[in-house]
Amino acid sequence: MLITCPYCGPRDVSEFTYQGEAGRTRPDPASTDRAAWDGYVYDRLNPAGEHSEYWQHSGGCRAHLLVKRNTLTHEIASVAFAREDQRIHSAGRRGKGARP
Amino acid sequence: MRKAMAENSLWRRRAAYRLAHRSKRNVPMAEYSALSLLRNALSGNRDWTPAWRKPDPKPAYDVIIVGGGGHGLATAYYLAKEHGITNVAVIEKGYLGSGNVGRNTTIVRSNYLLPDSIRFYEHSLKLWENLSHDLNYNVMFSQRGMLNLAHTPGQADDFIRRGNAMRHERVDAEWLTPAEIARQVPGLAIGGTARFPVVGGLLQPRGGTARHDAVAWGYARGADRRGVDIIENCEVTGFLRDGDRITGVKTTRGEIRAGKVGVAVAGSTGQVMKLAGVDRLPIESHVLQAFVSESLKPFIHTVVTFGAGHLYISQSDKGGLVFGGDIDGYNTYAQRGNLPVVEEVMSEMVALFPGLARVRLLRSWGGIMDMSMDGSPIITTGPLPGMYLNCGWCYGGFKATPASGWSFAWTIARDEPHRINAAYTLERFHRGAVIDEKGQGATPRLH
Repeated sequence: MLITCPYCGPRDVSEFTYQGEAGRTRPDPASTDRAAWDGYVYDRLNPAGEHSEYWQHSGGCRAHLLVKRNTLTHEIASVAFAREDQRIHSAGRRGKGARP
Repeated sequence: MRKAMAENSLWRRRAAYRLAHRSKRNVPMAEYSALSLLRNALSGNRDWTPAWRKPDPKPAYDVIIVGGGGHGLATAYYLAKEHGITNVAVIEKGYLGSGNVGRNTTIVRSNYLLPDSIRFYEHSLKLWENLSHDLNYNVMFSQRGMLNLAHTPGQADDFIRRGNAMRHERVDAEWLTPAEIARQVPGLAIGGTARFPVVGGLLQPRGGTARHDAVAWGYARGADRRGVDIIENCEVTGFLRDGDRITGVKTTRGEIRAGKVGVAVAGSTGQVMKLAGVDRLPIESHVLQAFVSESLKPFIHTVVTFGAGHLYISQSDKGGLVFGGDIDGYNTYAQRGNLPVVEEVMSEMVALFPGLARVRLLRSWGGIMDMSMDGSPIITTGPLPGMYLNCGWCYGGFKATPASGWSFAWTIARDEPHRINAAYTLERFHRGAVIDEKGQGATPRLH
């Protein structure tokens, strides 16, 4: 499996560290909604087909990447910088307007 | 005198119990014996009957088990044998043995740390010890010992702690010195020039291996002879519902109704549960690769694991080395992995047994693992009414096959867990009562 890093170009999967499902939104740290926390920590979509996931190019430029990959074929549809993914910002940060 | 009477009455109670349970427990099973081998040999082996029927699905059953792997077949077998529930169908999308029951490295052990794990897997090991006899089917269970090598003093302390935890629960565990290991495992790089010198090892003498296909076939035959329908090449495409309640399955061979539906589909749990409208579970599907070398003269007499990386290796009766390592570490439903893990596993094997550097690999394959968020399984009622779920085996499901089927059958038959699987609920994640052997947290690729 090759992942095309936006900085470094196509590199072997062994240079990357898998960081799991993308788009899980952390509840506001002040939140006491147990179901929301449980869902955030433990529950996964685990789809058979297209999967949005984070990888870090830990053996290269160290950028965090948002990868769209098919879990049935290992085919990669797109790779982007994770910082461009709006979903990574937690509800807390978004609520306080610290980052857009 | 009083003692003799007491013994007498106990004896009579036992005899009465045996008589009452005879019809259920002593189904004529001895199809395979020295005599039947001889008889069939003399008639040119033309008179053997198929080990299980190929029935068409009936319109309805008391219980449907989705998934004809080891766990599903064992569940059907114990439903019939222990609970007298024989109007059961096992629905399998491929052929029996096509999934993980035929893709594992065949290791059986109960060398865990946490009490819930030790009790469950020890129950399994005890079932293994009588399984060939119970099934009248040789599963080639070989208690050749399970040896975990420690390569640092810290790791040795950790293993000794685990050994003590096992002995607390009356499970066998022994600590071996490097000299003892050298005698038991020739060819192992132990000291001197070893890349990772061995400081000791935790041995579970009762651990070992079994013939994995035979486990599927034996359970299939045992269930079939008790009236269970095993329906192969029949894929579940949806669930029948009455409100929230699951009342059956839609399949490629038509709709089948059932009072209870058990799901035991391992790596396909995510796909199957989505058909029931359960979108999120504490499960990720990952691929694990396994390998077999060309046949060699017997030289590894136990199962050996490498502590400085992650490798487990044994030698089959055919002489091939059977081994594997870590999962690839990313979500996948493809039954194949990538080359970096192949290279890593090979390098670990050569670090452990330098003499194997030029041995050729015969084949490799992948299986899909249902990795749970704490590394422990789920055997529970629910999550929907009329449904029962068995999953989260990570990559340790093979050794659990008998106890998984036994306790899942109990849970389905009685609508409540047995005490050996009472901790393996879904809601343990929501109560914070996780059973995390390694303390890795909710990161499945590390379990």
